[in-house]
Amino acid sequence: MTEIKLSRRTLLQGAGATGVMLGAGPITGFPNVIAAEPVTLRYLGTAVNQSADIARKVKEDLGIIIEYIPVVTDEVAKRVITQPNSFDIVDSEYFSLKKLIPSGNMMGMDARRIKQADNITTVFTKGELNGKKIGDQGTAPKKVFYLEGQTGKTFASSPTEWITLIPTTYNADTLGIRPDLIKRPITSWKELLNPEFKGKASILNIPSIGIMDAAMVIEASGDYTYPDKGNMTKAEIDRTIKVLIEAKRAGQFRALWQDFNESVNLMASGETVIQSMWSPAVTKVRSQGVACTYQPLKEGYRAWASGFGLPKTLSGKKLDAAYDFVNWFLSGWAGAYLNRQGYYSAVLETAKTQMEPYEWAFWMEGKPAEKDIKGPDGSLLEKAGAVRDGGSFADRMGGVACWNAVMDENTYMVRKWNEFIAA
Amino acid sequence: MTDIALTAPAVAPATATPSLTKTSRRARRLAYLQAAPMALVFLVFFIVPLALTLMVSFWEYNEYEIIPAFTVQNYIDVFDGCLSTSDPCTTLRTYLSTLKFCFLTWVFTLGIGFTVAYFLAFHVRSPRTQMVLFLICTIPFWTSNVIRMISWIPLLGRNGLVNDTLRGLGIIDRPIEGLLYSDFSVVLAFVHLNTVFMIVPIFNSMARIDRSLLEAAYDAGASGWQTLWNIVVPLTKPGIAIGSIFVITLVMGDFVTVGLMGGQQIASVGKVIQVQMSSLQFPAAAANAVVLLGAVMLMIVAMTRLIDLRKEL
Repeated sequence: MTEIKLSRRTLLQGAGATGVMLGAGPITGFPNVIAAEPVTLRYLGTAVNQSADIARKVKEDLGIIIEYIPVVTDEVAKRVITQPNSFDIVDSEYFSLKKLIPSGNMMGMDARRIKQADNITTVFTKGELNGKKIGDQGTAPKKVFYLEGQTGKTFASSPTEWITLIPTTYNADTLGIRPDLIKRPITSWKELLNPEFKGKASILNIPSIGIMDAAMVIEASGDYTYPDKGNMTKAEIDRTIKVLIEAKRAGQFRALWQDFNESVNLMASGETVIQSMWSPAVTKVRSQGVACTYQPLKEGYRAWASGFGLPKTLSGKKLDAAYDFVNWFLSGWAGAYLNRQGYYSAVLETAKTQMEPYEWAFWMEGKPAEKDIKGPDGSLLEKAGAVRDGGSFADRMGGVACWNAVMDENTYMVRKWNEFIAA
Repeated sequence: MTDIALTAPAVAPATATPSLTKTSRRARRLAYLQAAPMALVFLVFFIVPLALTLMVSFWEYNEYEIIPAFTVQNYIDVFDGCLSTSDPCTTLRTYLSTLKFCFLTWVFTLGIGFTVAYFLAFHVRSPRTQMVLFLICTIPFWTSNVIRMISWIPLLGRNGLVNDTLRGLGIIDRPIEGLLYSDFSVVLAFVHLNTVFMIVPIFNSMARIDRSLLEAAYDAGASGWQTLWNIVVPLTKPGIAIGSIFVITLVMGDFVTVGLMGGQQIASVGKVIQVQMSSLQFPAAAANAVVLLGAVMLMIVAMTRLIDLRKEL
């Protein structure tokens, strides 16, 4: 099925190219922009992806000036919906699309103008890796990857030429632990609510993500199996929150955390020994000389992904510049930069060309580091011989159980989450 | 409110005499004109946003838009489950917890604020030393309140300074967990942050007390405590009332302190509103804000019943 559709798109791509030749003239990309006045793109997104190095490199290569607007995840969605003219390109999480697309403020990206569109990893386009299906509970990118029409408000179930978001970064999240304080192997999500860690556990206080972590725990303990952890019924939400409230009243949680630095501080100071965590936070704890493991668990990972989208009103030179920027982003340098931080990039082949073989082997193939592994800023991340937590790309992304999501019962869920906080 | 009071005297004679003289009409116009800038500021930055909030609180919403309609569902959601007597509902719990912090913070800031102000006003003789000491009280406010809060964390943590010291001295053998991320740490931070709002108005009131009253009390044979209770406290009432209004409104609306010091595990009304705002549920957040506003206003009305601020000032 998909194969046929894909070839249809390739066909359309050809047709589109002809149309473009007749119409607006060929899309030549980079030189076009350099010749003209430098274009400034206002880049809305979370600070995590907004590195000064990338902005500098874009300026060098394309002459495009990137102006970052760093906000938190929820704020990205809020800005797109309430102030759609305040940015030129947005880096948003895929799960927000269920809010963004119906608002009508975004437009699909023309796949024909994205040179590497066909090389974007199948994790996004088909929801599989090396031909193997990966978990698709929650808002899996493949469910919201294509639009019916450029300004359509409905997602297409099969590939079209309109892509909602071109992936920037994605990763598989799990629990972070302090192996030096726990002193025994941790293999399951259920350990998060194990009374052994009473007063030393933490979960993140972002309702839509926190409840998924809780659902992973409940499933791991064998209490209940969700048909879709990313889209619970009211009864399932009640059940999940009830477990959380019981744990909270029993004093299981030392604190809940809301932002990156809080999670780092809790772990580094030993206030918690097991908690939901993000990959760069684990790296940061380790860089302080504190042992911290991003523990792979047998039930799998909770994944997230974010990507570039365009506001509907973007046109002219800025639109061309936005496409140039996205094409540049997929062309390798940025991908390698992100891979070296422990994220994954959209087009692996191009990123590979920009990484040393030993780096690629460590980050993507899960092999022991031949040499010391350095971050993009030159700081030492891992000593030679170390192995990445969770192993290779295929092991980590292949082990995804669910994706960050917005539920149909989101309003109810948020209300119940507030009940958990008040309990 | 202030502008009504200002214009009232000008209006009164106008209604008394049916035929207005030229000068009284001019005075009336002038009074309106004088009140206009403040009224305008109030209108644009206070009345209009408030009216909008009230309006939106009755609207419907979905994941990505707010829909102009009339529904009381948002209010029903706020008080969901509040009729059951067995288990207090979320809103009630949240308000009770917030009120508890209000009360504790008020008691401690009042105690500390009054003592500090008393010392400054009556024990420090030279006005210069008074000013210097008064400014010293405000030094902590030269940094942001988030930084002042965060500075407690390394002190109170499980492996923090306090626990390490106590363990080093052999007073305790396992760390006291309740120092951080507990009611204790929240109240501590609130008191730390808000005491100055008590000190300033109370000091101001005390500075205005006529010293001859104290001498008269002394001459009449009153003891120190009697003077304090019968002379100083009644005359400081406006300062106490203003300080209390500051502290209580600040604590009622706060969610950052409760979040940071309570380890995000303690509910506050502000936090509920913030969570709803970040998931784009503006009407629900507006309904909560209106309820909060009502609650705070009730408290302030109750306080002004106890002390007639305008008369005292």
